[in-house]
Amino acid sequence: MSEIENRGYVNPAVLVSTDWVADHMNDQDIRLVESNEDPLLYSSGHIPGAVEVDWTRDLNDPVRRDYLGREGFEALMRRIGATKDTTVVFYGDRNNWWATYAFWVFQLFGHDKAKIMDGGRIKWVNEGRPVTRDAVSYPASDYTAADRDDARIRAFRDEVLRHVESNRPLIDVRSPAEYTGERLHMPEYPNEGALRGGHIPGAANIPWARAVREDGTFKPADELRGLYEKEAGLKPDDDVVVYCRIGERSSHTWFVLTHLLGYSQVRNYDGSWTEWGNLVGVPIER
Amino acid sequence: MAAVPEKLNDTLESLDLIADRSERIQTLIDISSRFEEVPPRLARRPFPEENKVPACESEAYVFGEVRPDGTLDFHFAVENPQGISAKAMAVLLDTLSGAPPEQVAEIDQDIVYRVFGRELSMGKSMGLMGMVSMVKNMARKFAESREGR
Repeated sequence: MSEIENRGYVNPAVLVSTDWVADHMNDQDIRLVESNEDPLLYSSGHIPGAVEVDWTRDLNDPVRRDYLGREGFEALMRRIGATKDTTVVFYGDRNNWWATYAFWVFQLFGHDKAKIMDGGRIKWVNEGRPVTRDAVSYPASDYTAADRDDARIRAFRDEVLRHVESNRPLIDVRSPAEYTGERLHMPEYPNEGALRGGHIPGAANIPWARAVREDGTFKPADELRGLYEKEAGLKPDDDVVVYCRIGERSSHTWFVLTHLLGYSQVRNYDGSWTEWGNLVGVPIER
Repeated sequence: MAAVPEKLNDTLESLDLIADRSERIQTLIDISSRFEEVPPRLARRPFPEENKVPACESEAYVFGEVRPDGTLDFHFAVENPQGISAKAMAVLLDTLSGAPPEQVAEIDQDIVYRVFGRELSMGKSMGLMGMVSMVKNMARKFAESREGR
């Protein structure tokens, strides 16, 4: 049994180790995808064969606050040479924060042949494994996608309002200072892009990064259950909404709850605090 | 918008000419490779909290050193080994060394967007703007102390 399998996850196959990636990086049916917050990182050196998926240019609609549509996703998959049979392995900076975000967006289109490289970019680099600045391109595929399905794993504000009114659980994955509404902004800079501070009523605060260990790998299942079930009081069959500021950090927690702990009803509210903290008349707790 | 000190302005104008995103990224990576950490004679680890840039995920630090001509030299540390944008920003801000502190105090934080574009996460924007803000504040306080205010 591998070290990842020993951690007790419900779906251990969704995570792959750096060793596994090193052994499979040249497989035809594997596509490595690097997704970072820092726009310079990929070009400064990436795993050989990995393509970049940029969270703003590739995953967001260029005009509306929304994700790309079916045609955009098809174009993206064709560009990276992925087919329906391609297993996409995501990794990135910031403990895979942006990798899980990309993973979540891919799930909106039902591309479930997807995995995360445990430990992310920093683990690969710290292990002295090869990186390259070589440009990567693949022959375009003929990928066809279904329409984006938001219903299963994405929550919108009206749904969240009803969720609050019916006392169902929410997890706010921001820092404690953001959760309490303490202002953290620097002089001359807006506070998190929201007019009000605080959190959605009833939300428990479990900062996203508490799910990872010092080396960036995910904590074992029993430790994760300690966080989400003992501290936050969740149960695996709960209808859960997770949120942060724009839905990126909370996609990491969505990944943990859904894929590592096997929760069946977790939705990511990507409107998150930048929407809720600006809405007129919605309830806020501090 | 306040005038940008000459050396930084020259660099920004050069960057403005690079329309291609990949080329701009390569240029910024090259710039980041020129990063030199604050010399040990000025600061050693653990670096003082007062020099730490608030909200910077790359754990950047800014230090000022008074020059004989009455201006400041700026020095930086970036603790996150993946903090490549912070290192590029530090190299650019280092060009403010020797500029009139009153002028440094007036530079616009939006130079971050001019350098990196608007497609930055808010966290990254805040960190990089925090570096600019710290340099500005350091210059402003130095200028005020020099004038006996």
